[in-house]
Amino acid sequence: MAHKIIYKQQLSENVFTAVFEAKLIAQARKPGQFVILSIRSDYSERIPLTIADADADKGTITLIWQRVGKTTSEMSDLKVGDYIDNIAGPLGTPTHIENFGTVICVGGGIGNAPLLPIARALKDAGNKVISIIGARNKELLILENEFSRISDELIVTTDDGSYGRKALVTVPLEEICRRSPKPNNAFIIGPAIMMKFCCGVTKKFDIPTQVSLNTIMIDGTGMCGGCRVEVGGKPKFVCVDGPEFDGHQVNFDLMLKRLDAYKHHEHEAHDKYKEHRCRIGLDRKE
Amino acid sequence: MNDCSGDDLLKKLKQKESSEGLKPSDRFNIPAQPMPSQDAVERRSNVNEVALGYTETEAKLEAMRCLQCKNAPCVQGCPVRIKIKDFIMAIADGDYKKSIEIIKENSLLPAVCGRVCPQEVQCQEKCTVGIKFKDPTKAVSIGRLERFVADYDSENQSIPHIEPDTGMKVAIIGSGPGGIVAAADTRRAGHDVTIFEAFHKPGGVMVYGIPEFRLPKSIAQKEIDVLVKMGVKIVCNFIVGRTRTIEQLMQQDGFDAVYIGVGAGLPSFMGIEGESLVGVYSANEYLTRANLMKAYDFGKGADTPIARSKKVAVIGGGNVAMDSARTAVRLGAEKVYLIYRRSEKEMPARIEEVHHAKEEGVEFHTLQNPKRIIGDADSRVTAIECLKYKLGEPDASGRARPVPIPDSEFQIEVDTVIIAIGNQANPLIRQTTPALEFNKWGNIVVDENCKTSMQGVYAGGDIVLGAATVILAMGQGRIAAAAINEYLAAKKGRSQA
Repeated sequence: MAHKIIYKQQLSENVFTAVFEAKLIAQARKPGQFVILSIRSDYSERIPLTIADADADKGTITLIWQRVGKTTSEMSDLKVGDYIDNIAGPLGTPTHIENFGTVICVGGGIGNAPLLPIARALKDAGNKVISIIGARNKELLILENEFSRISDELIVTTDDGSYGRKALVTVPLEEICRRSPKPNNAFIIGPAIMMKFCCGVTKKFDIPTQVSLNTIMIDGTGMCGGCRVEVGGKPKFVCVDGPEFDGHQVNFDLMLKRLDAYKHHEHEAHDKYKEHRCRIGLDRKE
Repeated sequence: MNDCSGDDLLKKLKQKESSEGLKPSDRFNIPAQPMPSQDAVERRSNVNEVALGYTETEAKLEAMRCLQCKNAPCVQGCPVRIKIKDFIMAIADGDYKKSIEIIKENSLLPAVCGRVCPQEVQCQEKCTVGIKFKDPTKAVSIGRLERFVADYDSENQSIPHIEPDTGMKVAIIGSGPGGIVAAADTRRAGHDVTIFEAFHKPGGVMVYGIPEFRLPKSIAQKEIDVLVKMGVKIVCNFIVGRTRTIEQLMQQDGFDAVYIGVGAGLPSFMGIEGESLVGVYSANEYLTRANLMKAYDFGKGADTPIARSKKVAVIGGGNVAMDSARTAVRLGAEKVYLIYRRSEKEMPARIEEVHHAKEEGVEFHTLQNPKRIIGDADSRVTAIECLKYKLGEPDASGRARPVPIPDSEFQIEVDTVIIAIGNQANPLIRQTTPALEFNKWGNIVVDENCKTSMQGVYAGGDIVLGAATVILAMGQGRIAAAAINEYLAAKKGRSQA
């Protein structure tokens, strides 16, 4: 059963969002869960993407992705009305949502996408939500409006100061952790390196911290073990044990290395795809 | 194989059989027919099937080696009790249609089982001919004969008779061998059957796990095609427990019975240092990348990458370890070491797989086991440190216990390590089905009819047995289907009363 794209938008130079028909997933999904998709059944790779939003009545899910490798580039070239062959989900253990009191949600780059439904659910559960969203520059910042609607307080940062505050997200995070009373809980989603440093901050203040990990996956259903990470010194499987973990227990250094495992393959496939795009003239249409 | 001499021999034997009959000594004198196979050097660089299958002459000669024992000890060794001597006699008589019909009374997937069943520890282990020669490899090659007739039949696959619609709905979770059999048997009883598969392609372990060179994907696909022709619906990308729970399937979607055959779960690791380094794979991951995702064609169409390994260590001695090692050979590794902590005699892999792996250049390092995996500054694997082992007293499995020799550490330079030491139960159903009873290993508890603690819910294969084979999973699928058919007949009777 193929899935039709019914809406698509480019959010920044390399970030895209699209709404896909996926009725059963739209009905079942909870914040924090993800899907595994592949564009075609033969030869396409399976990639995990967190569900950014869903409409159970319309039977649609919203996905946001960053153009990095071949598959995400190919998805970025799809148009409204196009189909992709496979979306499986929702996968992963949903985020544990309750009224913790004051929570701080920190999103970096594309991580703002999976963070949004969690922040929204935390708000709906009665939490005071403080959000920090960051990006390298103004152009790469996504979902600011959506976060401002659900946050009691919103801090925007850019690395280069082209928008909001010129800082890494860790700087305002530390300031907020110093407040009295300090936040009760933290939810951090972004690049692994960002999560690593943010966890370093919240650990200092002893604030329980959830991170959502986006490791390399193949099956995504608890069969292959490719997504394993070290949590508290033990191997854990992101697809079935996660994707959320206690950020203070995650071995980010090892995770960073594992994320780079296929860098060379990725570049190669991407270059080939770019060459192919060029030949079929897709590159001129933007 | 000189076909001409085979033909001559067959002619002579047939003449003698019709004039004076064949004595057991005549049958013992027929040479065991070797399996024609692809050249060992050539096949290192392709993924095509290695064993090519018997010719008619070879099949008939092999079939004539069968003594037609009255007590048929071979049948006792078959998990699904195929009438082995009968189907073999039909081959000797050249009546292949009759032969396949005899097999299909008990087994629905002969083309699969003929290829992947561990016959040497099942039917062929009990074969009188093998016992007479005191050599199980001299037994009648029952599996090869099964494959021969199954392949012969594959072109004109008939659709079994299907009873009139009962109005009852059956959900089959997982499209592996157990699920296929359960689906076929419940559909034949007239039920409305839907298979739910988590992956984007049906076939389970036959598609993601067992490599093309041992079981071509087209064979699993043919079985799936037959199910579709029978009217079985197949829904892919459906993760039972997550997309819908078992309760939802039964209470909201109207399924009257469910068979759970979700197969293997999380891969086991050894718990040694370095297992998360880049370049360490579970066999499940390595084989899934290579088979399901066709990573051997990376850059030639396939998008899923796999390590470009030069030196590979595979840990384990089972069929999955052999599959991994032989896949690594085909992906271009210069050296593939198979490291196993017992001796070759204790290896659980099929003899044929061990033999093929050696032919293809896999180096066997027995009585060794890894102590740690060593990486460089980028956390990429550079070597594996092993300990030497000796065999001690038999352990609970009846096999000699491997005992490490102190201070015997040594290192092997490798860039890839594939761990093939088994699986744990898949946690998804457990996480999402509180009403089901599980044992301490996370396997579903069932009775002798494969019935679980939930009414109308049955289970079989790896999720029940821990680690099963294709034939054991099939056997359970069949038992469960019979129980489901009985349960639904009773349920229908009640609702009409």
